[in-house]
Amino acid sequence: MDFVFSKRAKMVSIILMAVGLIGSIVGSLMGGGHDHGHVHMADRVWSNLLINGFFFFGISLAGLFFLALQYAAEVAWSVMVKRVFEAIISYLPIGGTVIILVLAAGQFHMHHIYHWMDPNVYDVTSPDYDELIANKYAYLNPVFFWARTLIFIGVWYAFARWFRKKSLEQDLVGGTSIHYSSVKRAAIFLVVFGFTSSVMAWDWLMSIDTHWFSTMYGWFVFSGMWVGAMITGTLIVLYLKSKGLLPNFNQSHLHDMGKWVFAISMLWTYLWFCQFMLIWYANIPEEVTYYVERIKHYPLLFFGITFINFFFPFFILMSRDAKRNIIFLLPVALIIFIGHWLDVYLLVTPGVMHDAGAHIGLLEISMFLGFLGLFVFTVFTQLAKAPLEVKNHPFLEESVHHHI
Amino acid sequence: MANNVIYASYDSEHTLMAGAKALVSKGIHVDDVFSPFPIHGLDPVIGVSRTRLAICAFIYAMTGVALAVTGMWFFMIYDWPMNIGGKPSMSLIQNFPAFVPVTFEFAVLCAAHGMAITYFLRNWTLPGVKAKNPYPRTTDDRFVMEINPSHNHVSADEIKSAIADTKPVEVEERHK
Repeated sequence: MDFVFSKRAKMVSIILMAVGLIGSIVGSLMGGGHDHGHVHMADRVWSNLLINGFFFFGISLAGLFFLALQYAAEVAWSVMVKRVFEAIISYLPIGGTVIILVLAAGQFHMHHIYHWMDPNVYDVTSPDYDELIANKYAYLNPVFFWARTLIFIGVWYAFARWFRKKSLEQDLVGGTSIHYSSVKRAAIFLVVFGFTSSVMAWDWLMSIDTHWFSTMYGWFVFSGMWVGAMITGTLIVLYLKSKGLLPNFNQSHLHDMGKWVFAISMLWTYLWFCQFMLIWYANIPEEVTYYVERIKHYPLLFFGITFINFFFPFFILMSRDAKRNIIFLLPVALIIFIGHWLDVYLLVTPGVMHDAGAHIGLLEISMFLGFLGLFVFTVFTQLAKAPLEVKNHPFLEESVHHHI
Repeated sequence: MANNVIYASYDSEHTLMAGAKALVSKGIHVDDVFSPFPIHGLDPVIGVSRTRLAICAFIYAMTGVALAVTGMWFFMIYDWPMNIGGKPSMSLIQNFPAFVPVTFEFAVLCAAHGMAITYFLRNWTLPGVKAKNPYPRTTDDRFVMEINPSHNHVSADEIKSAIADTKPVEVEERHK
């Protein structure tokens, strides 16, 4: 029972990509109407590229984290969905390329998403001199920044390739030695990831609001990525089930997937609220500006996404029956998938567009659809390359009989 | 004879499970099972319906939320308005982020205590209550099935002969 990337699905994802490309071009050419004087259209286009680039890259990276977590904790039930997550991580190099593209464009001053990339802010004689940013030069200088970015993406990609290679090897060879070496490698990855994921969030996202900082930011971004990965995994599994594939994936597996979506949504809300409440309570000007910007100019989105990403999963997915029922699980997963895209939108946009406010128009929607198409195309292509159910995994038998 | 209860002892959860399935397929109702540990998948076999403790937990937690919000509104806003850290007093909604942690903790407190108390009451395992366990060895290595003939359409002798086919270690009829 292998997965075949059907002609229809292939067509749909290619159409999405084409629509996304055309819509993005049309949107960026005609979208200048509501520009405020100081906001350039280029910034809006590039920040959208960053939003979509990061959103799907984050899903893929958190998928890699989840895969490593399953190895390190020697989880049995998830063996049934291992191939799905191996497919999700195949998007890593593409997503990484998009992010590198956006960062490089900033470095060559094609956009001003990253205020600190402007060399004038470090120049005491320049009128643009910014002492706060100049003091961060030891960390936010091009050489160190690019070293971090490239090394992180390279290291993650190396781990992803290794896990996939070993997983396919185990299908042929069997035994337990590959499993144990994967467990070890996964434990190393978790340590590396725990550090790099936070630094990555500071570098690529928090540095947009260069003056502002929050120690909780890295975890918050990570939890958002993680929910994204769990939703994506659930949606792919539901799609496969609807095609009659994965015969051994039962209600208990679905229950576990639902539990992850539910639990990590709570983690996301917890971190969102902790970060917000501490800054709100302390009310220190240099910290609170971040939220003032968002509440003043993006109030609907700011409170809206919190509502969507917390209340929907919380009240609808709370009961055991709802987690096992596609009627509840599918709409919630789809809604919070959009909710977490909006979350990334709100991480990036206010620091770039400032008081111009949110514009979710042709450009934003078509670029999202385009990247969605690319993501689906990449993941499904990878999914079709190997049997959907792993062979010879030491926990396979346990996973087949998973019952809770 | 009307008040007699039959106890069938087994030496492993697998034989008990197989025995329970065999008896139920013959239309015999198994009243209860005593075992040293929970037997996975036994509940649906002997017709024990799913616990409603989760629903209780939700109700207790919502009670906690309501109590906490009402309480904080009364103490901090209405009865004696407090100004803490320059935050807008006299308003519950504008101060709400400060009240969320307390609301959350109180919801957890009420849900946890409510569930524990409900569980003890439902099982009647309160302090000082005499243990109902008919076989002390079921806390160690025995698995015992309790069948009450008066709850069955089948006679006690037929039940006993059905049990005999399920490899029990011991079958006993006791006056309850």
